[in-house]
Order: sequence, then C-alpha cells, then structure tokens
Amino acid sequence: VFPASSKMPQKQPPRRQSISVGRGARKRDEDSGTDVGEGADEWAQSKATVRPPDQLELTDAELKEEFTRILTANNPHAPQNIVRYSFKEGTYKLIGVVNQLAVHFSQVGNLIPKDSDEGRRQHYRDELVAVSYQGSQESAKVVISETEILEEEEPKEAEAEPEAASQTDVLAAEAAAKVTEEELLTPKQPKERKLTNQFNFSERASQTLNNPLRDRECQMEPPPRTNFSATANQWEIYDAYVEELEKQEKTKEKEKAKMPVAKKMGKMTMRKMTSMESQSDDITKVTQAAKIVERMVNQNTYDDVAQDFKYYEDAADEYRDQEGTLLPLWKFQNDKAKRLAVTALCWNPKYNDLFAVGHGSYDFMKQGRGLLLLYSMKNPSFPEFIFSSESGIMCLDMHVDHPYLVVVGHYDGNVAIYNLKKPHSQPSFRSSAKSGKHMDPVWQVRWQKDDMDNNLNFFSVSSDGRIVSWTLLKSELVHTDVIKLKAEGTATDGPAGLQLHTVGCGTAFDFHKEIDYLFLVGTEEGKIYKCSKSYSSKFLDTYDAHNMAVDAVSWNPYHTKVFMSCSSDWTVKIWDHTIKTPMFIYDLNSAVGDVAWAPYSSTVFAAVTTNGKTHVFDLSINKYEAICNQPVAAKKKNKITHVQFNPIHPIIIVGDDRGHVICLKLSPNLRKMPKEKKGQEVQKGPAVEIAKLDKLLNLVREVKTKT
Amino acid sequence: MTEWTNEPGLCPLRSSGPRPAGLGAQAEVEETLKRIQSHKGVIGTMVVNAEGIPIRTTLDNSTTVQYAGLLHQLTVKARSTVRDIDPQNDLTFLRIRSKKHEIMVAPDKEYLLIVIQNPCE
Repeated sequence: VFPASSKMPQKQPPRRQSISVGRGARKRDEDSGTDVGEGADEWAQSKATVRPPDQLELTDAELKEEFTRILTANNPHAPQNIVRYSFKEGTYKLIGVVNQLAVHFSQVGNLIPKDSDEGRRQHYRDELVAVSYQGSQESAKVVISETEILEEEEPKEAEAEPEAASQTDVLAAEAAAKVTEEELLTPKQPKERKLTNQFNFSERASQTLNNPLRDRECQMEPPPRTNFSATANQWEIYDAYVEELEKQEKTKEKEKAKMPVAKKMGKMTMRKMTSMESQSDDITKVTQAAKIVERMVNQNTYDDVAQDFKYYEDAADEYRDQEGTLLPLWKFQNDKAKRLAVTALCWNPKYNDLFAVGHGSYDFMKQGRGLLLLYSMKNPSFPEFIFSSESGIMCLDMHVDHPYLVVVGHYDGNVAIYNLKKPHSQPSFRSSAKSGKHMDPVWQVRWQKDDMDNNLNFFSVSSDGRIVSWTLLKSELVHTDVIKLKAEGTATDGPAGLQLHTVGCGTAFDFHKEIDYLFLVGTEEGKIYKCSKSYSSKFLDTYDAHNMAVDAVSWNPYHTKVFMSCSSDWTVKIWDHTIKTPMFIYDLNSAVGDVAWAPYSSTVFAAVTTNGKTHVFDLSINKYEAICNQPVAAKKKNKITHVQFNPIHPIIIVGDDRGHVICLKLSPNLRKMPKEKKGQEVQKGPAVEIAKLDKLLNLVREVKTKT
Repeated sequence: MTEWTNEPGLCPLRSSGPRPAGLGAQAEVEETLKRIQSHKGVIGTMVVNAEGIPIRTTLDNSTTVQYAGLLHQLTVKARSTVRDIDPQNDLTFLRIRSKKHEIMVAPDKEYLLIVIQNPCE
C-alpha cells in the first residue's frame, strides 16, 4: 500500500521495497528474503564498495542539508468531485470520502494451505525427494515466515487508516497469520506412505470434424398395386390350419426319410408315378365320387329291394302255423363268373354288407380258372373287388381282426392270401410246390388266433390227408403239418399184399369255439375225426358219421358240445361230441352241399341241397322236419352249393353252381324267439340258448341210455 | 327314402389309395362311369371342374352347360352351409329329388360328378 514507492529514497532497505510490490508477490519474495536473513553482513559490505559511476559527488554540507517531504496516502488520480443524490436533503451532495486505493499489480496465486490434504501430500513428496536437504530448509522457512509476518504487520499498524478498503487487507493478513499459527501449533508428524492412486490419469478429448449433413431424394416408379379381397369363413381358417399341420408333418417325414438312401430311391419312383398320374386324364380324380354315385344309382334302381330288406315282414306268417318263407332280395352275378360254381361264401366280419364269393368248379373233369369276388349289398350290380386266379378257388376265409385279409384254397393244392388294401390283382402271399402245398384240392381254410409271436396263421385241409398250419412271416408263408390223416380200417390189402388207400381224405373241418386245440375233420369216406392240434398221430375220437363224403362240419355257436355235419349221402346229422352216435338225423332227399348255424339262435340252422332247395330248421319248433323248404335257385337246374347267415341282419346268402349268389330274407317265423309271457321278462343271452338246446338233447339222451 | 346306407359297420368305399399306374385307375373310372350310364333310368352323367366348367358329359351341350353352372353354384352353397355349421364336417353327397328326376351330385376335391336319373322308370 505504497502508491508512491518510486519516490522512496534509495537507502530504504530492500526488504521494505519487496513488500511494497504487493501482497500477490509476497511469496515469491520469500526466497530473496531468506537470502537476506542469512547473510546480511556480507551484503552490506559489498554495497558499500560498488557505486554507480554517474553518482553525484556531494559535499558534506550538501549531505547534511535536510529536505522535508511529507508522504500522504492520497491517490493523486482519485476523483475529488464525486456527488451523490441525498434523498434527505433533496440535492446532490459532494462526497468527501473517496477510495484512495490504487492497484498497480495483481496476480492470482496458486498457494495451498500447508495443512490441507494437498499441501501435505506435496510436502511429503518433496520430503521424499530430499529428506535431509528439505529438513533444514523447512526450519528456515518457518523462521522466515514468522519474521515476515511480524514485519508485515508493522507497517499496517502504522498506516492504519479508517478506510473500509484496508479492512480486506487486514482480514487477509489475519488469515495468513492464522495459517502460520496453525502451522506452528500442529507438530510435524511423520507422513504416512500413501498408495499411489491408480485412478490418477489424464483424460484428453478432442472434437473431430463433423461431416455436414446432406439430403438427397429421387423419385422411383411406384410398385404395381392390386386389390385383393376374400371372405374368411370359419371353415376356411380351419382348412388353412389343417393344411399347415399337414405341411409340417410332411417336412418332418421328409427329414426322417432323408436318412436312408434306399428310401430316397423309393421316393424317386413315387415321384415318377405321380408325375405320370398328373399327365394322365384328370378323370381319375373322380374315382371316389364315381363309386358313391354308382351306389346311389343302384339304391334308386333297387329301391324296392332295399325297402324289403329293411322293412318287409311276411304278414302271411301269422296265418301259417310254424312254417316260414324266404324272400329273395338281390341277385349277385357277374359276367366273369358265368358258369363258375360258387364254391365258398364268407361274410366280412367287420362290414356286414360285404361278403366274399369264391368261384371254381366241382366238376373234376372241367377244372379251369378261379375267381374271388367281393360284393356289397349296396351295389348288387358289380363287385367291389375282383381277383382272378389260374386255378379254381375251393374255399376261403376272412380274418376277424384283419377283415381285409382273405385266405383262399385252390383246386391245385395251393393256398393264397389276398389283401384287399392292396390294389394288385395278385395275392400278397402264395404257397408253391416248394413250400409244401397240398397235393390235392384244398377243401377248407380257416384263420386262427395269432401265434405266440403275433404272427398271422391259418389251417388248411386237403384230400391229400394233410392238415397244415400256415404262418405268415414277413415275406413268406411257412407251413407245418399238424396231422396226417390215416384212414383207419379202410386200408385194403392190394392184390400183391400192398397196402393201398392208407391216406384219409379231409374234406371239411371246424375249430372249437372255446377249446383252442380241439377241432373236427370230415373226410371223404364219411368219417369225422375229433383231433387235437397237439397230437399229430392220434385222433381223440372217431365218428362213423356218413356213408359218403362229409361236405361240412360246424360247431354250434352257443352250445359247446354240439356240432353238425352234412354229407352227399342226403343227410344232416347233429352230434354231441361226447356221444358217438348222432342226436338228430335229417334226410333231405338230395345231396347236402352245406349247412350253417344261425347266429341268433342255438336251434336254427340252414342246409342247402343240390336240388336247388334251402331248408331251414328250428329244432325248438319242430325237431322232425324243416320249417322252411323252399327252392331258391335262379333256374331249376341249378344246384345250390353253399349257404351263409349274415351275422347281424336276418338274411342268408346262397350260391349255386352257375355263379349266382342270391340274398334271401328270413321271414318272422324262421327267427322266432321264445314267446313273451305275461309278467315274465323275456330271457335272452347265450345261457338261454344253451338251455334251449340242452332241453332238446336231453330227450334224445334219455332215449339212448334206455336202449 | 330308405337310409339303410347309414347302418353301422357297412362296407366302406374302396379307398382310392396309391395306384400302380395312372392308366389302370383311369380305365377303372371309365368303366365305372360306363356302368353308371348304362344303369336303368340314368339320363346323363357329367364331370364338372372346380370352376363349373363341364369336362365330359353324355348330354347335349346346352343342357350340360346349364346343369353344370347351376349345380356348381348350388354345391358351393351347400358345402359352405355344412362347413359353416361345423368346420370339421364336409359335404360328401347331394341328392335333389324332383318330380321328374333325381339329381345326384358327388363333390370330390376338385371335381363334381353329376348324375341325373329317373328313378320311376
């Protein structure tokens, strides 16, 4: 605060001058101050010797002369005429007190308090660099700063003026004093070694030049637009989903099929086939529709027959005592089967309107081709399936669990299996001369329960005397001879002592419904053998049944002891298999081609004779003669060969030797059930049926035991 | 009408599965159509595609076009009705009994088979 420092005499000590420079430079001067403190005497000596050459030489008198100068603290540049408006007096008034402070130089310092964290840190760092050197320096510094402050305060007190401006100075000074005081008070503790700050890094950023934004537009031709509209029904959505699911499944299958190469090849051929089909006329796509329409047309054409089948009941039956009639319904015939005898009939176990017809010949001089036809009652005009074979068919059977499998026996001794699912006209299995075919015509075939390995198997009987069990393996038919029939007692000694005719000729068989191993075999000699599947050499029983060939044997569907046989010796016989003599014998005045038990009653059966008649018996109504005796052949000369009951509907089918099959409806009298008695419920079921037949048999048994 | 075709367990139509060759199947269809046409009282048979355009017919041109156009529309409507009621259901056969005729329409996937029969003959 010495505005007129330049005017000061040169003798003034340099320390004073340094202070006058201003507070900002105070610290910088410290070093010089220190120097002075250290070697004051030396400096004084050197000053005395060195003089500037242009220094005035003054005389003593001149030197002693006194000049009086008064130093004022007024700022010569400060304005003296400042006025302020006084509200109190309403006039401008001169203000006497003017700020005399003039700052000649100022600099912002970078000082840090010594006891602050940063100060300590710096201090510590310095100490590390030069401990010993710094140590001495430190003490000196403290001393200097102390003296400095003392000197500093002196002039301030001297020049203390009642000016507001100086107050700041005082405050600053006081603060500085405080700092030093504190510094003094706090003892210098040994600094702890601090960890280096790993996050102490410098961050530098720079701005890159931004590319200027620019817009560019161009016009292109708009894409073509079309309007689309459709209604989405619930079922269209459903279809879309179903299609999607199918697609997914197909892709899955494809992935699976990709693995084996062989399958790929198969697919290739398939593709070829489909391409071929697509090339062919579109007309093939209406196959299914055409079949439906054909049935419908037939339904219209044969509407009256269909009505009769369903609803007609012969009203005349009420006025007849016991007799019934057969109402002819449809006639089935095919040009291909002309002059081929019906050799076998079999209803399909699953579809009650479908039946199989085997065509062949019973005339052993005129053997020729064979034909397997499957008719549906829904289409009497044309068969559903046609399979032709070189040799005549003699017998057939349909599998209960696999109703699409038909086994047939041929006149040439072969057996074959047709699969209705496969559209080929060739059998899917066929025996051959190598694989144990029969030597004579196969007279009957019958499916059996699956064997222990779940393989399909069936039995066949032939007049070569063998009963063979056939098993279907993957691709072949394996045969096992079950029994070789020996004609007991019929063996005659030849002229040279040779035994001839030792072979019995099987013509028919039937398997017991409950006892799995038990079955009956009818032979050409008229004998019936009771056999077991497990004994191949012995018969369980032999019945001297007929005088001529046995045409059919059949177990009763209800009564497990009763069976029936028919023969060309004009008779039908009913047996109890525990008794060697027949229970009932019926003479029908003509060779009996076939007999069949009715599925709805234990006492009803039908027999067909070569004179073209069908005989229906109900033993519970009349045990002496048939209750229906009706010629049913299409032409008078035709011989009826076979008969079968439909398992559900009250109809039978009969076949003749001219290839015709006729469907007949049984009149109410032929399917009479036990009458309803008042207050009594009608009893039904197998137990009742068994009892019914047993009652009849008991009558006969009593008679037999008496005799 | 007797609806005995709805009896349980009746024989199904022979499935039109994969055939060994297109020619065999075609011959079979041709034969079936021939049999239908030769049936008693059958006046005409025609096959109509999905657009209602007749592909083959046994009737004269104008009658065929008329039948095809009208029956196609009717079948579409009938099918839509059946499927609207139950999307899982589908139309399989359509019979129209008139004083003079019975018109039978069997819709297949892509084609309609139409047969006109006089059942009273």
